[in-house]
Amino acid sequence: MKRTGAQIIWESLLRQGVSTVFGYPGGAILPAYDAMTQYPMRHILVRHEQGATHMADGFARATGQVGVAIATSGPGATNMVTGIATAMLDSSPIVCITGQVGSKLIGSDAFQETDITGVTLPITKHNYLVTRADDVAPTIREAFHVAASGRPGPVLIDITKDAQQSSAEFDWDAAEPKLRGYRPDRRPAPVDYQKAIALIKNARRPVILAGRGIIQSEAGQQVVAFAERTQTPIAMTLLGLGGVAASHELNLGMMGMHGEAWVNTAIQEADLLLAFGMRFDDRVTGNLKTYAPHAKKIHIDIDPAEINKNVPVDVALVGDLREVLVELLPHVPVAEHVEWLARINELKGDSAVRDIQNLPDNGHLYAAHVINDIWRETDGNAIVVTDVGQHQMWEAQYYKHNTPRSLITSGGLGTMGFALPAAIGAKIAKPDAEVWVVVGDGGFQMTMCELATVMQENIDINVAIINNGFLGMVRQWQEFFYEKRYAATPLVNPNFTKLAEAFGLTGITVTKRGEVVPAVRAARNHKGGVVIDFQVEQEDSVYPMVPAGADLHAMIRRPSPIVETAADA
Amino acid sequence: MLHTLVVYVEDKPGVLNRVASLFRRRAFNIDSLTVGHTETPGVSRMTIVCDADPAAARRVEANIYKLVDVLRVDDITDQPAVERELAMIKVAASHETRGQIIQLADVFRARTVDVSNDSLIVEITGSGDKIERLLDVLKPFGVLEMVRTGRVAMARGPRPASKLEDRFAGEDAHEEPGVSYSV
Ligand SMILES: Cc1cc2nc3c(=O)[nH]c(=O)nc-3n(C[C@H](O)[C@H](O)[C@H](O)COP(=O)(O)OP(=O)(O)OC[C@H]3O[C@@H](n4cnc5c(N)ncnc54)[C@H](O)[C@@H]3O)c2cc1C
Ligand SMILES: Cc1ncc(C[n+]2csc(CCOP(=O)(O)OP(=O)(O)O)c2C)c(N)n1
Repeated sequence: MKRTGAQIIWESLLRQGVSTVFGYPGGAILPAYDAMTQYPMRHILVRHEQGATHMADGFARATGQVGVAIATSGPGATNMVTGIATAMLDSSPIVCITGQVGSKLIGSDAFQETDITGVTLPITKHNYLVTRADDVAPTIREAFHVAASGRPGPVLIDITKDAQQSSAEFDWDAAEPKLRGYRPDRRPAPVDYQKAIALIKNARRPVILAGRGIIQSEAGQQVVAFAERTQTPIAMTLLGLGGVAASHELNLGMMGMHGEAWVNTAIQEADLLLAFGMRFDDRVTGNLKTYAPHAKKIHIDIDPAEINKNVPVDVALVGDLREVLVELLPHVPVAEHVEWLARINELKGDSAVRDIQNLPDNGHLYAAHVINDIWRETDGNAIVVTDVGQHQMWEAQYYKHNTPRSLITSGGLGTMGFALPAAIGAKIAKPDAEVWVVVGDGGFQMTMCELATVMQENIDINVAIINNGFLGMVRQWQEFFYEKRYAATPLVNPNFTKLAEAFGLTGITVTKRGEVVPAVRAARNHKGGVVIDFQVEQEDSVYPMVPAGADLHAMIRRPSPIVETAADA
Repeated sequence: MLHTLVVYVEDKPGVLNRVASLFRRRAFNIDSLTVGHTETPGVSRMTIVCDADPAAARRVEANIYKLVDVLRVDDITDQPAVERELAMIKVAASHETRGQIIQLADVFRARTVDVSNDSLIVEITGSGDKIERLLDVLKPFGVLEMVRTGRVAMARGPRPASKLEDRFAGEDAHEEPGVSYSV
């Protein structure tokens, strides 16, 4: 059947199972928008194209399915760049569709012409320029395949206006991807399995490093089975949180720059590291020269380019984590590691069981308490979407995630402004889930225009602004490393409660610890968007902290506790 | 050390850009890159020479594979291979020196491809080393202009499959399971 390129876009998206797209119109994409009205597609009108990409990303992270964002050429497309780079660094499967000027005008600096495939070449898994209606369907089909398979990632499709306007035969079956070189399906060599088993057998002080690959390959069960069978404790990356239940007795908690002290010490003392779907980010390893000096390393990762990138490993098992563990598990010997687990317990001391809620109220409101209260009130069952900064680290420390995809955060790029739009995407993907945004007063203001999207689309989410009047994480670095010279970090903020009301949402201000729980309850009981302005201690810092590039065991600890918190001890 | 990679890619616009961009972005050092058609329509072949230790070379290879338009990468550094570069060198030549230059070129099996009153063009094919040595002996006469291709390379002996198409179409299109990435 004959269709215009514009129609083929929607025919194809529907066949890919897409029911919602996030976008913003403009001249070069107008034919597609016009055709959209003929199809059962939900379109979320964002307020900035960066928001559309983060929403698609939040949608993808909440479900594992491809999220779709759409924008016009030129400024519409370049506004997507931050969101695409964010998805790239955290391997999130999104497809971005942009309009482009007519194919005859390409290269002429036409109105709103940007070489967006050139611009996004290093920050997409792959991208396409489509200049003919005939190519629309095969390209979309291929793009979804590339985005979602292997190590996922963002894919951009730039479609010229004439390709949208002209007609072509639409044949979905014929549009099947024919990728001759692309091979996402890797399997390890048998000899490497043998080597891995030998190392596991000989280990006395093993630690599993659990990353986002667990969530992406849905390998939580296999990881737990491995850990239980071999009595191996598990350390989590930020992006792995939720992949293994925080409540599991072998789960030690988060590693790295702001990880628990005992976790980093255990890694430094380990004699075997089992890296499961994690990429040894520099926030995880600290100084590479002194990283885990006694440990042999086994790396399971789907991307061969990650092997020996930062940390040289002894054995690499390149493949899908779940498949590799299923293969490996029957061959690994049962073990006890009593001494090692006792040693780790000793490192923990009583800090791990100390409950911050039992600490006396000294009249100050701390972010840790706010986040811990949100965790308690939601029974740990919410999807929490965080922004970037101190609040992000406190969330990781004080909200205990027991299920995969319940924490959505920008780890690799650390994109401020991510949280609110990503939460909108997550809520649309999982309408029955309770979704909380935990965001700093700085990052919130980067994309707060999306409150209008919350209003227009009637999105039922709760936004907790951890308002410390500073670009807190940067202020902390200035305190630690720049003798408290607070260059450009103090914020003069708008009245967030009134701001929420201006958007037709509910606003609540909280200044005291006793007000936290009632505010959280009010927000939970309210249908529709709620913004809570938690005015917290201004100069609190995240502890422990491994300074960038320092040895992992060289943690800065809280000097004289204003508030003692579990992670500090 | 220098590694020679033979990379087969889809003959599509922008592929060279993707490969070059990858080297720049990952801060891999390209010594030379050449690209051209192959015996199979739709498939281009690149010869990439890069400076890397063995572990880094593995990562270069793995990263090139990540490009969707890349069909196959062979690191032929340790294989017996024929490697060639081509150079054209324009040398200042008077009546007195012309004969001498042509003789020297002969020793290197280089050809004189153009002669004018005060210069001539010498064309040489061979290893980079050989070209360097010819250059050394020509320099005293005055090298006016030079153009060099990058290196092209081909492994000696028969290939595992007769035709490129066969190799990319069938089972072989996928990474043979069991390639070891451990070093
Ligand atoms: C302010 C700030 C502070 C931070 N502090 C910390 C910190 O203290 N601790 C910390 O851990 N992080 C921290 N981060 C995050 C850090 O920067 C990295 O984003 C994070 O460590 C990466 O985690 P990852 O390697 O698990 O995930 P990713 O970066 O997503 O990597 C996942 C890996 O798994 C592989 N993979 C994907 N799918 C599969 C599959 N199916 N099978 C097998 N493998 C697969 C991928 O190839 C990749 O190598 C911080 C970030 C910010 C912004
Ligand atoms: C887009 C962007 N710009 C700058 C930064 C650098 N940065 C990292 S954390 C941070 C401060 C965040 O402040 P705020 O949002 O108030 O959160 P807090 O740290 O106070 O919790 C900044 C500026 C960034 N990560 N992203």
